[in-house]
Amino acid sequence: MTTAVRPTTTTASPPAPKRGFKLTPAALIWPAMLYLILTTQVPFFMTIYYSFFNYNLVIPDNRPFIGFGNYATLLTNPQNLQVVLNTVILAGGTLILTLFIGGAMAMLLNRNFPGRGLLRTLMISSFLVMPIVTAVVWKNMLLNPVFGFFSWVVASLGGQPVDWLAQFPMASVIAMITWEWTPFAMLILLTGLQSLPDDQLEAARLDGASPLQEFQHIVMPHWTQAIQVVVLMETIALLQVYGEIYGSTSGGPGLATTNLPYFIYQKAFAEYNIGLASAAGVITVILTNILAVYLLRMINRTNQTNKGG
Amino acid sequence: MTTIPSNSMPVKRDKNRIKVRNTVLTVITYLIAIAFLFPLVWMFLAAFKTEAEAFASPPVFAFTPILENFKAALPSYFPALKNSLIAAIGSTLLAFVLGLPAAFALAVYPTTRAQGTLTWMLSTKMMPAVGVIVPLFLLFRNLHLLDTLPGLILMYTTMNLPLVVWMMHSYMTEIPFAIYEAAKVDGASVAQEFFGIALPLSTPGMAATALLAVIFAWNEVFFAVNLTSSDAAPLSVFISSFKTSMGLFWAQMSAAAALTVLPVLIFGWVAQRQLVRGLSFGAVK
Repeated sequence: MTTAVRPTTTTASPPAPKRGFKLTPAALIWPAMLYLILTTQVPFFMTIYYSFFNYNLVIPDNRPFIGFGNYATLLTNPQNLQVVLNTVILAGGTLILTLFIGGAMAMLLNRNFPGRGLLRTLMISSFLVMPIVTAVVWKNMLLNPVFGFFSWVVASLGGQPVDWLAQFPMASVIAMITWEWTPFAMLILLTGLQSLPDDQLEAARLDGASPLQEFQHIVMPHWTQAIQVVVLMETIALLQVYGEIYGSTSGGPGLATTNLPYFIYQKAFAEYNIGLASAAGVITVILTNILAVYLLRMINRTNQTNKGG
Repeated sequence: MTTIPSNSMPVKRDKNRIKVRNTVLTVITYLIAIAFLFPLVWMFLAAFKTEAEAFASPPVFAFTPILENFKAALPSYFPALKNSLIAAIGSTLLAFVLGLPAAFALAVYPTTRAQGTLTWMLSTKMMPAVGVIVPLFLLFRNLHLLDTLPGLILMYTTMNLPLVVWMMHSYMTEIPFAIYEAAKVDGASVAQEFFGIALPLSTPGMAATALLAVIFAWNEVFFAVNLTSSDAAPLSVFISSFKTSMGLFWAQMSAAAALTVLPVLIFGWVAQRQLVRGLSFGAVK
């Protein structure tokens, strides 16, 4: 088989034998690859391995193999269904809110008015704030039932004081995380809007398109990619929300704001139940990857149709 | 409405209406922006109040600013700041050492597998930290890396490496290929191309990437909380101490929080445009 490609000319000299270490492109990629394999893939396989054992750090010497026992425990306890549901509600609710508020803000900022650049710059602030700072500031200074700013607003409007984190725990957490992530959506969506060529809009206007038609037929198709990027990136990030919950509600009251990452933290670092925490970790990774792969496919498909059309 | 515009009266009225509409929209924009900034402004204000003023209900808007809160927060702030700086800068440097050559090779010597390799690297960002934390915790415990800065740096590097490879790859593909070809004709080695062309020509990209990596490492909570306790505790762990007992000191908490978020805010405002590229992995430019 190799005879077919053997060079027929005799003028080509064989490559000189390598002397010492020579930098090849592959050798440049391997350090990064190896590092990521060692710190993400290997531990994940260990997580899978642990998930099949009844392994508690309190009794480290006795860890019987229980097969899918941990998974069965997780999936049959209705409380855990609540945790999965919380994870989905938290991520989904925040995603929808940030898309709408961020989209509206992007359209508002995509006009010429005095102070536009400054507002755009300042608007990204809440995204840059450390999640744990967001949590402690909101919990103490805004949502506090007695001294919090929001309670004062409600009281001065003649309402009853509200203990936000106790009465509406999930809504409060969603509001907090929406505050953090709206600037991300706004930033990406605004960039998407700004890359829309003006002449297309002008042509549509000359053809007598109404603002609604203009939005539906010109802005939206162009915007799709930016929206998909927001959906993908936020889904991955919001399924992993941890610091905000750790800093504000600690998953409570009860299980009201416990999502999968916080649940795993509790199982592993409060109950030392490594086996159960690992099984929950595996489920989270599977859930995230199913969603991410689905969303990535969606993005690739739209990109191809965009290029084709 | 569908008539072709001409220089008649209705157009003038239309223009006035557009002007009014624009003003209203601008006012709405400002109101939303103020609402979004309010929690931060409120926090910064509280940092300069006395504890009594910070706690006052109804809230105090006019007050004489004081600096006592900052003085009170500094002794426990400085060790955490030192840890945050070392962890953020250390992990960024390590991610650069590992990531820059990979980005260069993938950009300048793309094989058929290059796109696959890039996508795989991005996919490691889809791995939730909870999927790896248990074995890493046990491993760190056995290797005595718990509550140490090298341990934290190793994890932050994992977090930032895909970002560095992706961003630098997109910057390095923008360097005109003719420059590499000219160098090759002159007999430049791979190393000479890397150090002589790719690195110097992508300095602005490196600055933007470094800024983002530092911001992400600075703000990280999960690994910080679970892998450190006191010796290597960065600012995120320091601030989380305010979630319980110390939450009674609003003014001091605000001062500590202000000191913690201010550097990142300034970095982020400066690198605003590069932020989009990094955050969307170059998908939206």
